[in-house]
Amino acid sequence: MTGPFLLLHETDNVLVARQTAPKGLEVTLEGRTLTLSRLIPLAHKIARHDIEEGDKILKYGMPIGVATQAIAAGEHVHVHNIRSDYTPTHALQDADGVSAGVAQ
Amino acid sequence: MTDLTGYPRADGRKGIRNTVVVAYLVECAHFVASKIVAGFPDDDVQLIGFPGCFPNDYAANMMDRLCTHPNVGAVLFVSLGCESFDKVRASTAVSESGRPVKTLVIQKAGGTASTVEAGRDWVRGALGEIADIQRVPMGIDELIVGTVCGGSDGTSGISGNPAAGKAFDMLVQEGAACIFEETGELIGCEEIMADRAVTPELGQALRESVQKAERYYATLGYGSFAAGNAAGGLSTIEEKSLGAYVKSGDSPISGLIKPGDIPPRGGLYLMDVVPDGDVRFGFPNISDNAEIVEMIASGAHLSLFVTGRGSVVGSAISPVIKICANPETYRALSDDMDVNAGDIIEGVRSIEAVGQEIRDLVVATAAGAQTKSEAMGHREFILTYKSFAPIGPACLPAA
Repeated sequence: MTGPFLLLHETDNVLVARQTAPKGLEVTLEGRTLTLSRLIPLAHKIARHDIEEGDKILKYGMPIGVATQAIAAGEHVHVHNIRSDYTPTHALQDADGVSAGVAQ
Repeated sequence: MTDLTGYPRADGRKGIRNTVVVAYLVECAHFVASKIVAGFPDDDVQLIGFPGCFPNDYAANMMDRLCTHPNVGAVLFVSLGCESFDKVRASTAVSESGRPVKTLVIQKAGGTASTVEAGRDWVRGALGEIADIQRVPMGIDELIVGTVCGGSDGTSGISGNPAAGKAFDMLVQEGAACIFEETGELIGCEEIMADRAVTPELGQALRESVQKAERYYATLGYGSFAAGNAAGGLSTIEEKSLGAYVKSGDSPISGLIKPGDIPPRGGLYLMDVVPDGDVRFGFPNISDNAEIVEMIASGAHLSLFVTGRGSVVGSAISPVIKICANPETYRALSDDMDVNAGDIIEGVRSIEAVGQEIRDLVVATAAGAQTKSEAMGHREFILTYKSFAPIGPACLPAA
């Protein structure tokens, strides 16, 4: 059971939060039960399984960028650990969806 | 079956609104034009304009298209007097379209107060003159509908945009022309999009339009990606693109147009909004309303606007239907939203059901029902410098 997380395509290595998921929530991913290490706001992504540095990130079954570091299953997947294959992303300090109180 | 009616125009198109437009021809005439409009809080009198003083083919073409849009019944141009905009040519174009038109030149009319007075007198007369235009039956196959997304987040691509895509599928099936846009937000989708083109040559043109956008944004240093997109869970331009792309639905792509090109028949069209040539005038579209205005210039009677973070804008000339993708945003901003696609995220309604609601709301809005932003008086408008080469021969379906 992936709880509030949605798998958009069977080949994806990320899941999308369909509601804000609190820190500490237990999530079962591919048979392993993990605990979220931080709050995951609505529509943000977590790793479905362990991702290696340089791996393509797949959402909708299509690449949305590349991992800039190893990402463990259940970790937040976002601007801090993936980058575009096209043009760089412009983000502010509230990019995590939490720090400025957004999505809460 | 539909009981739609529209205002007949001399070029054969029909309008779903009958607006008097007051257009400033340089920023120096903006205030005076806005004072004229302010005299008609209860009438359909709207402000548009171009701020630049220097001549530009794009701006002239856009103003012509906007002032002869089927939703427009009459036009008042407000000129300072010394700007380079060719007001004689513009007023001739409107006059030849069969609409009442007048040009006031502030430097000759005695300044602010007397121009405002003369402008209000003329608008009063024009409102009376166009009030007699009788609506005639209109088919869904005479409608042009645009779609944009703005203030996107990670919900946009899961709920609002797929639902807008379903509505587009239904409307294309019923013979309407539907326009989706922002090639800069289709980066990463070029191959799958090219496969949907009705001819291989069009497919190649679609691919090249996205490659142009990629080069253009690379020169600028960052993509069509706002900071709020990241806060809303989107990490890269290609992730945003894939989410935005689904609002085009599943229909074959019939054509590729540029701002001001009018779809020659029903079907699905991509609008290429990224200027041709070197980067000269900055960002292609500096805000969502620039895209809405370009679709209106291509004849859009109304626009679908999908938002996750929560935009509240409307538009001058053509109504905007706002589709909220994010259930949390919908609860916070429900007064501004026409459709709650957040129901899809919460599992309350299907993508198909929300798509049907959007399609039905398009028809109701075309029949005269006001959208939320329209009823509140949102009439945002923005037009800046760009330049385009004409579209190539493979871009449009045979007439």
